[in-house]
Amino acid sequence: MEDFQVLIGGRAGQGSKATGRLIAKVLNRYGYKIYIYEDYPSLIRGGHNFSLLRASRERKRSIKKKIDFLLALNEDTIEKHSEKLDGELLFNSDKVDCEGVGVPIETIAKKHGEKIMQNTALLGAFCKLVGVEKEILKEVISNMPKPEKNMAVAEEAYSKIESKCNLEKCGDPDPLITGNEALSLGALEAGLENYFAYPMTPSTSILHFLADLKQDHNIQVMQPENEIAVINAALGAAYAGKRSMVGTSGGGFALMAEGVSLAAVSETPIVIVESQRAGPASGVPTYNAQSDLKFVLSAGHGDFLRIVFTPGDAEEAFYLTNLAMNMTWKYQIPAIVLIDKDISESTFSFDRSTLEMAEYWEESKNGCGPDYQRYQDTDFGISPICYPGGEATVRATSYEHDEYGTTTEIPEKIVKMQDKRMKKETILKEEIDRLGLIKTFGESDKAIVTWGSSKMAAKEAGKKAGWKVIQIMSFAPFPEKAFREALEGVERVAVVEGNRMGQAADIVERYVNVDQKILKYDGRPFYEEEIVEELEGS
Amino acid sequence: MKTPNTWCPGCGNFSIDMAAKNVIEKMDKSKVAITAGIGCHAKIIDYVNVNSFYGLHGRPVPVAVGIKLANPELDVLAFSGDGDSLNEGISHLIHAAKRNSDITVVLHQNRNFALTVKQFTASSPKGFISNSSPDGNPEEPLNALEVVHAAGAGFIARSFTGEMKHLEETLEEAVKHKGFSFVEVLQSCPAWQGNGEDYHEKTYKMRKLPRNPLKRMKEWNYDNGERIPLGVFKKEEKSTFEEEMKTGKKKVNVLEILNSSA
Repeated sequence: MEDFQVLIGGRAGQGSKATGRLIAKVLNRYGYKIYIYEDYPSLIRGGHNFSLLRASRERKRSIKKKIDFLLALNEDTIEKHSEKLDGELLFNSDKVDCEGVGVPIETIAKKHGEKIMQNTALLGAFCKLVGVEKEILKEVISNMPKPEKNMAVAEEAYSKIESKCNLEKCGDPDPLITGNEALSLGALEAGLENYFAYPMTPSTSILHFLADLKQDHNIQVMQPENEIAVINAALGAAYAGKRSMVGTSGGGFALMAEGVSLAAVSETPIVIVESQRAGPASGVPTYNAQSDLKFVLSAGHGDFLRIVFTPGDAEEAFYLTNLAMNMTWKYQIPAIVLIDKDISESTFSFDRSTLEMAEYWEESKNGCGPDYQRYQDTDFGISPICYPGGEATVRATSYEHDEYGTTTEIPEKIVKMQDKRMKKETILKEEIDRLGLIKTFGESDKAIVTWGSSKMAAKEAGKKAGWKVIQIMSFAPFPEKAFREALEGVERVAVVEGNRMGQAADIVERYVNVDQKILKYDGRPFYEEEIVEELEGS
Repeated sequence: MKTPNTWCPGCGNFSIDMAAKNVIEKMDKSKVAITAGIGCHAKIIDYVNVNSFYGLHGRPVPVAVGIKLANPELDVLAFSGDGDSLNEGISHLIHAAKRNSDITVVLHQNRNFALTVKQFTASSPKGFISNSSPDGNPEEPLNALEVVHAAGAGFIARSFTGEMKHLEETLEEAVKHKGFSFVEVLQSCPAWQGNGEDYHEKTYKMRKLPRNPLKRMKEWNYDNGERIPLGVFKKEEKSTFEEEMKTGKKKVNVLEILNSSA
């Protein structure tokens, strides 16, 4: 099999997500590249959860409509998804009676282990169905808790059914991580020392991942009382010399907005991860949107420079968060990594070579003597950064100030310090031009322009429809030079993004006429086919 | 560099400024970091030449918590006002006390928004005539000591700007206390309250720690009552937030983490 999709569905609490992860681990060992889209409502028990797993020999990070294997933990799953099934149905025969391959997974789980192990039974049955060798199944199960019981359960389910195909090894396994894990690792490579967050989907798993890491590693993780405290505490930590990051979604970021402005005027480095979900307000908490772009570009009162990076998959989340951390310490301006639920919570076969792109830029600590000026005016507006505890007296402030950090209301000083901060823009833009931060896929006189998670489906759709795909990875500063180069020879432009108003399209309009907007805002990711149809229908 | 002082003549902030400077002088100055919010109190930042983070209104406490967590070697003092930490940022005050962050919060208690030219705050007396309450403050005042006591603060004290020696000694004791310390400093506001405060008349110094701190805190309800106790109400050491937040020692190895994820 070249490229296939497995959908695993059930009630919340039945373990569809865990089953998906286990299947991913098995297929990963055959060298398949994995992408798992997680779909779940905002509740703890009940409802309908599913994981849509795409396995392909080449890295593909989008979802298609057609399902090749439907794994049903309950009847609901069959009702909701069998329409898209063109392949095998594997179902829980303890709960459902229909045509297809039935396995009594609850009976098997209870007989050899515990009731909760029904997903292990489903895994065993699926492995046999697609012809996975028992040894590989054993290897995956050996890393689970209670491996003996789980293996007994899996073996019984494995023995119950016939194989319909025979998987062949097509490569080596990759790391399997989520976008949130990837960006955390990228930040760690750039020296992340302190993480602050208040729980909010879809950013919460960054907090979980790093809190877990903290138990053994020298990384500090704090959950303050609210998002306002989060950003203020993080700025305090950064002032004290620790590379700090915060994570949230749109609603939490709204509370942090005054802190963005504070970071800017006090020139305190900070990385802010904003993982978008469907808004406005509480919106649709566990579903996706890309509708906070204009918000993060303008959040915070006053005039100031900022960095806004927009990764489109796990590797870019790793690389751009790493870069954001390095750049916020270099330029002492706030850096925002704007991602969305379908990157944050999706699982990816992570390309190990991305690790080579990770860097650690050491900040210059020259001039940390007794006459230290926190806001010394320099050629490029970047002042030496020192921390309290040494010879220098370090005075950060939210007020307009002189070079020492003392409050000022003198007109000439106000102008001087505003200009000092804006001066950074010259070398910042040069750096963005050097980095590019515009990706292109394919060549054509017709181009899709896209960003964030929509790039994953847009990339595959572009390939099928014969369109060039241009992906924007930085909106502030906007990589104007690289974008114009990418647009050379392009006569028709379609912007693909996950919001109602065409927020990126408005920005793209400044550089080129937008002929078509392909927008999706039902909380779900684009299917490749949807984009192709829209392109061809235009 | 000398910064011109802009507090009103007779403002209690002069006393707090002097007491704080005297206390800081006795410490290793390079290891001191102070924060402030926004309000008349916060101008102290410009007058004390020490490591400082002049933050936003209501937020001196979370900045201080972040600094202390990042570098527990520093002695961190957060200067705040009643508008700052009893109105805008009260959640931060409560949670910092609850988590026993090892910082000292000095609350400049002048019982009105002074820098924005006289409005009522959480601790203004009921009936207080101000620009936002021309018919008198409709709300009952909040007892700041009771709030931090309920949140579990280990060190709770009250002083008065008219008692310089007491103020300096109380601040010093607060800074030395291991764990969260809260010092409420009563001050009159010469600009907006005239000489309406009679703290000189009403305050008295407690000789020792009260056996029932809460009862003593309730002795004055910020409205009426004859006697206002000054001194340390509670002093109790327990493990600090920073001690509880110990991390592991291993250096993060990203490749190792990636490999174990497969």
